[in-house]
Amino acid sequence: MSFDNAYDAITDGAGDDQHWAFGTGFDDPLAGVDRAVPADTSAVDLSTYCLMLADDALILSQRLTEWCSRAPELEEDVALANIALDLLGQARLLLTRAGEVEGAGRDEDTLAYLRDEHEFRNVRLVELDCGPGPGGDFATTIARLLVFSTWRLAVFTQLAHSADPVLAAIAAKGVKELAYHRDHAAQWTLRLAGGTDHSRTRMIAALDQIWPLVDELFTPHPVEQSLPAIAVDPATARPEFDDVLDTVLTAATLPRPTVPPMSPVAGRTGRDGAHTEALGYLLAEMQHLARSLPGATW
Amino acid sequence: MDAELEREFDRVVGAEQRIEPRDWMPDGYRKTLIRQIAQHAHSEIIGMQPEANWISRAPSLRRKAILLAKVQDEAGHGLYLYAATETLGADREDLTRKLVEGRQKYSSIFNYPTLNFADVGVIGWLVDGAAIVNQVPLCRTSYGPYARAMIRICKEESFHQRQGYELLMTMMRGTEAQRRMVQDAVDRWWWPSLMMFGPPDAESSNTAQSMAWRIKRHTNDELRQKFVDMTVPQADALGVTLPDPELRWNADRGHHDFGEIDWTEFWQVVGGNGPCSRQRIEHRRAAHDDGAWVREAAAAYAHRQTDREAIA
Ligand SMILES: [Fe+2]
Ligand SMILES: [Fe+2]
Repeated sequence: MSFDNAYDAITDGAGDDQHWAFGTGFDDPLAGVDRAVPADTSAVDLSTYCLMLADDALILSQRLTEWCSRAPELEEDVALANIALDLLGQARLLLTRAGEVEGAGRDEDTLAYLRDEHEFRNVRLVELDCGPGPGGDFATTIARLLVFSTWRLAVFTQLAHSADPVLAAIAAKGVKELAYHRDHAAQWTLRLAGGTDHSRTRMIAALDQIWPLVDELFTPHPVEQSLPAIAVDPATARPEFDDVLDTVLTAATLPRPTVPPMSPVAGRTGRDGAHTEALGYLLAEMQHLARSLPGATW
Repeated sequence: MDAELEREFDRVVGAEQRIEPRDWMPDGYRKTLIRQIAQHAHSEIIGMQPEANWISRAPSLRRKAILLAKVQDEAGHGLYLYAATETLGADREDLTRKLVEGRQKYSSIFNYPTLNFADVGVIGWLVDGAAIVNQVPLCRTSYGPYARAMIRICKEESFHQRQGYELLMTMMRGTEAQRRMVQDAVDRWWWPSLMMFGPPDAESSNTAQSMAWRIKRHTNDELRQKFVDMTVPQADALGVTLPDPELRWNADRGHHDFGEIDWTEFWQVVGGNGPCSRQRIEHRRAAHDDGAWVREAAAAYAHRQTDREAIA
């Protein structure tokens, strides 16, 4: 029984990223960056700010992975997984930064898996079921991705100049990824709006469905206000967001939604740890295995 | 004329050269290839499901990223392979129809459930491992586009295998509960992995012609033996027991002897009665049908854009 030499060629070789078809982005964009907390900065506020940005990415990534093996076509399965991987990568860097600034020994996994619902600081937009579950469909997923990536890109473009060199480096890496995500969502918005009558109806309904959670994205939080020069005031991202959305909606000949914003809960929103009912279920699923085997290493 | 073309085809194949899409080829060769590559493509796509089952619950963010990237790779493998069938005149939509209607098969291994997180590691180690043993000879298969797709796929599969094995190593160094999870997963996946090489040579209908056409290069039993011989030392290094009391080294043969495979179970699963057979097909059918309106919209939009360009 003889075997081809090709076999040896395959079993040796370094275990690096290039063997993945679409990459994993495990390389460290923070190599050589000064990780000290900047002078005159509240470590508590900086850590919380990192958590806000991290949780947005982590929870949306978790939602997007629900499409895996369920997308309308294989190319889209690959694309949505790619976007989910990028966001997961952003979340991991930001959680690690939040933990190291906090200084209490919490790493990315402790923060992702051992915090309870009210300790999550993400905006409510990212936690909604926008499909493939019963809460939405592909159009809803695209509408949310368009709004989210347009907003986050506008914020990260400014954050790339943050006085915290770690946040600046994370944002600089994220900008390239988010530009792709926004473009992908915009392309699909055009296709669905200009495809069939049915797809157009669904695209309009999708934008109406997520629109109530748009204003929350631009409401400054006290933590952001306490970190001038480090954090981005989200209100300043609104003009760019409006411009981009207007351009896409005009090209797609879609009406701009007029649905009013969703109210806070007792004056609080996602940034304060007051969420929709959807988040508890999402976390129950995400965290259960990590929590059920304390002391395990993975 | 055909006789002359056939002689040239036989010469190219016999000389270990490649047949390319525009070359003449016998009908049987084309049909066999389409069937084999399509089944392989379907296996990649159905194979996403058992592992995707654990993405939402992966117990660390690093493992979540690795798993998601792996499942994404499998979608990519499916895409390359469907593209290879298209060079033979097949159509992806038509092949997908055949899959969801149960008219074309995929690897039966994916009709088993993933019941604990160690299954993710064991699939990487044993299932991707067996796939590599099956597929490495295909890197030199006679049809060019298939051979080239296989080179790329095999590289990625070998990375999946190492990742899976590394997860199992980490779990074996963890808690007692984690070690039990690994052994439980090995107990459930070992025999189905051996079945991945297909029925014994004596009962394998397609082998002889496929060997002559250099579509296949080794028999099922040869490949199975190769896999067992490779895997036993890896199991020892891991510290797990392979669930076969008859498994032992045979110095005379220079190979491991192993117990009889339960061929009744094999044929049951091949026949569509595996633990997840209906679920896997139904999942794929639902995704395909639910996405129909999106594909129609994209097609209508593209069509309109072309019209617009024609007018402008
Ligand atoms: Fe694969
Ligand atoms: Fe694989």
